[in-house]
Amino acid sequence: MSANARAFLLPSEIRDVPGTEGWESMYPYFTRFRPEDDKVFWFYNAMHFPEPMPAFDVLTAEIPYQGLGAFTTRVFSFPTTLGIDHRIVNGRVYITAYPVTDPSEIGRRLALFQERAGFYYQNWNRLYDEWKQRMLALIKEVEDIKVPTLPEFDDIEVVTSGRGIGQNHYVRETYHRCVEAFSKMWHYHFEFLMLGYGAYLVFFEFCKKAFPEIADQTVARMVAGIDVFMFRPDEELKTLARLAVELGLDGKLGDGSNPADIMSALEQMGEPGRKWLDALEKARHPWFLMSTGDGFYHHHRSWNDDLSIPFSAIARYAEMLKAGKSIERPTAALKKERERIIAEYRALLSSDEERGAFDQMLGLCHLVFPFVEDHKFYCEHWFTTIWFNKLREFGALLARWGVIAETDDFFHLHHTEADLALQEVSLAWAAGSAPAGRGYWKPILTERKRIWEKLKEWSPPPALGPIPEDIADPALQMLWGITSETLAAWARKPDAGHEHELHGFAASPGIAEGVARVLMNANDIGQMQDGEILICPVTNPSWGPVFGKIRATVSDIGGTMSHAAIVAREYGMPAVVGTGGATKRIKTGQRVRVDGNSGVVTILS
Amino acid sequence: MTQTGAGVTLNFRDVGVADRPTVGGKGASLGELTRAGIRVPPGFVVSTAAFERFLAEIDPQGSIRRAIEGLGVGDLPVIAKVAEGVRARIAGAPMPDDLAQAILAGYADLCAGAGDEPVAVRSSATSEDGAEASFAGLQDTYLWIRGGERVLHAVRDCWASLYSAESVSYRLRLKLPEGGLAMGVVVQRMVNSRCSGVMFTRSPLTGDRSVIAIESSWGLGSSVVSGVVTPDKYVLSKVTGEIVKRTVSHKTVEHVPDLAAGGVREIPVPEERRDAPCLDEAQIAELAGIGKRVEAHYRCPQDIEWAFAPDGDGGERLYLLQSRPETIWANKEAKPAAAPKANAYAHVFALLGGAKKS
Repeated sequence: MSANARAFLLPSEIRDVPGTEGWESMYPYFTRFRPEDDKVFWFYNAMHFPEPMPAFDVLTAEIPYQGLGAFTTRVFSFPTTLGIDHRIVNGRVYITAYPVTDPSEIGRRLALFQERAGFYYQNWNRLYDEWKQRMLALIKEVEDIKVPTLPEFDDIEVVTSGRGIGQNHYVRETYHRCVEAFSKMWHYHFEFLMLGYGAYLVFFEFCKKAFPEIADQTVARMVAGIDVFMFRPDEELKTLARLAVELGLDGKLGDGSNPADIMSALEQMGEPGRKWLDALEKARHPWFLMSTGDGFYHHHRSWNDDLSIPFSAIARYAEMLKAGKSIERPTAALKKERERIIAEYRALLSSDEERGAFDQMLGLCHLVFPFVEDHKFYCEHWFTTIWFNKLREFGALLARWGVIAETDDFFHLHHTEADLALQEVSLAWAAGSAPAGRGYWKPILTERKRIWEKLKEWSPPPALGPIPEDIADPALQMLWGITSETLAAWARKPDAGHEHELHGFAASPGIAEGVARVLMNANDIGQMQDGEILICPVTNPSWGPVFGKIRATVSDIGGTMSHAAIVAREYGMPAVVGTGGATKRIKTGQRVRVDGNSGVVTILS
Repeated sequence: MTQTGAGVTLNFRDVGVADRPTVGGKGASLGELTRAGIRVPPGFVVSTAAFERFLAEIDPQGSIRRAIEGLGVGDLPVIAKVAEGVRARIAGAPMPDDLAQAILAGYADLCAGAGDEPVAVRSSATSEDGAEASFAGLQDTYLWIRGGERVLHAVRDCWASLYSAESVSYRLRLKLPEGGLAMGVVVQRMVNSRCSGVMFTRSPLTGDRSVIAIESSWGLGSSVVSGVVTPDKYVLSKVTGEIVKRTVSHKTVEHVPDLAAGGVREIPVPEERRDAPCLDEAQIAELAGIGKRVEAHYRCPQDIEWAFAPDGDGGERLYLLQSRPETIWANKEAKPAAAPKANAYAHVFALLGGAKKS
């Protein structure tokens, strides 16, 4: 390890990107690297934050880490790990995890952990049922928030109901409720998650001990559920495709027009068109609330906001149906295959003692995994899509008052600045005056947007600071694929003679060759052409429908239990994740070979 | 062909593991595979009874046996001298006619009217597994033998190999009685392998029983077994069939039959094939499938030698040349990966409770 100790830059050695001076003003003071941070190991969280952060969106780092740490450090008292700290440099989010190493401290925390985590494991299904109710109530609460429009005169109901409160008060109240609901959502998100990962990690470690050469993805396949939310949106698309074929509408869907034109054409057709549109309407909520990203950036819109993604997938499914191809997801066969794999590995164990432990550990995984797999749709997709759109209403309010140029400029304000600007508009509405914000914010936001664009050119190092001796954090390993071995690989220069090879985690089996397309932005997913190989910072579960037409995916970051890996396996598409720098080393148009069995990506031309 | 010459030769089809005492381990194993429907090059075994007949013929007084039993364990120069004398006696003695006729008939049957087909002649020891492992290298194998006379000669050479200085010292060291000395000889059609190698139905590196490890290189398998080449390596899951590790090596030499002189010769691999894999995906899958079948048949992990050879119709066929129980990991004491606990989540407490990972 010591040879690699200085393999990465120190935080203090990072220089500004020329032309972005002053970028720090977009982010809170506590996200800046401090001198003592040079002693700590940090890694770039490209998994969740593959792009520079807009000022508002830093809330999607700050609040999740509040929620995560609350449950690991304070609520469940995980014995060997506290929470996660984050810093922002050149717009990128770097994180570190704080381990607990003092044995007596670990012992003290373990006693609490046994009582507290034990309670959750014991009552898992009941608590998870309650969780779903709480989560749905929270989603409804945000949906129901009425963002004031501040009309010239307040509603008559203020008078007739004797409410006694003017509309500008609700600007403050509803905005704060939005921020608070987001915080609650992230607490719910982590309430079960780390316990779920713990259960998985136990089974993973056991499998690696009993079968030292088992592929990570095979362990994942034994655990992964079949009837999970992640596949539901895609199933809805298939149902709509079937209906379109049945009603003879498939020609209309696939003609390349934009969704709005298609929809109005269907509307004018009368009965069959309307029947399909009704079905579409039902599917949209909540199943089209899939973000094209992971819910961490305001500009990663959902299918519902940009119907071109689901429409092109529906058209493709309809075409397959017309060509007599099956689009059914073979759930029964998938279940049977999972059972076969489990039974065969179980039979290969050396004793009934081992089989007893295997049954317990896998049983626990199967208990906790419905949450692990489904929470993301509730939280990052369903809730967050609605939430960002609710915030857009505040953006529209500021735009109407001329404080910002357009609605989405709102997200280049930090959330506390947005609060200030909204308060000032409330004040101006009351005073009957023009807000000072008009002259104040526009030049600042213009400059921020310029800096933000410029920051996209920076290639963030995968890690900073000294490499620690041992990395054994369950979340780091499972989600980011970060182990001592990955770090060593990141730190290593490509071997002579192997410059054309990249190594990552074999996430989904199979071998594919094809032309690479490097996509840095989740919104560009529509650019993928049939038969191409997707190279991206991080793959997204909502890209499932596109997976049907591409040959393979390669990502810079991700572990074998990342959602993208699960979805890729489901689509039978080779995937290599966690390569560290595929988007830097591969250029669009190059031919590459992706070996999803061994985790090797080879640049062929 | 079934039994001829009063049990002198036995076709693979008529032999199974239970026949080990009369045909030796290698012969029994090839017979067992043949009977299980696994493709092995056809052949027959010259039984231990034939060797006993031969020995009785050339040494009716038992002088060879007494000479060997009279040797001192550590007296290497004397052992070498006595052993050499015995070997000369065996080489110089004529093959009894009934034995010769039976072996020649067996060979003719193998050639099936196609002229003098090349065969391998190998000794097939009757000793137990563990001993055989260390015994294996002490006995001779003659490859690419053509013609009845040469086959007879090779059979006699196999018998003579029991009296190599190494083999004799080994028996003396282990105090194995000369009276129980027995050896079968396998006579088997050669396959002109395009590529060949070995397969373990558990990991040779970690003992993992859920994977199959395959090593392959160009030409005859002797290059892989003798270690003169770094073979391509594949590790695949027995359960999912997925290849979890593949290493395509730089393969500089290959063994090919020496058709003029008999035996094999080592030649350089042409440049364009050196870095190319010898197996395609379907062949790897076929091999693994056969490996699983053989393991299931024997109910224990196997160490297999295999070859892909032209089938004469423009295609290729997979042949198993040998399968024996894996011995290295089988003899190791395995520590259980875990034991059941009071409840499932107690495993989480154990792992996250700061216990050092082993």
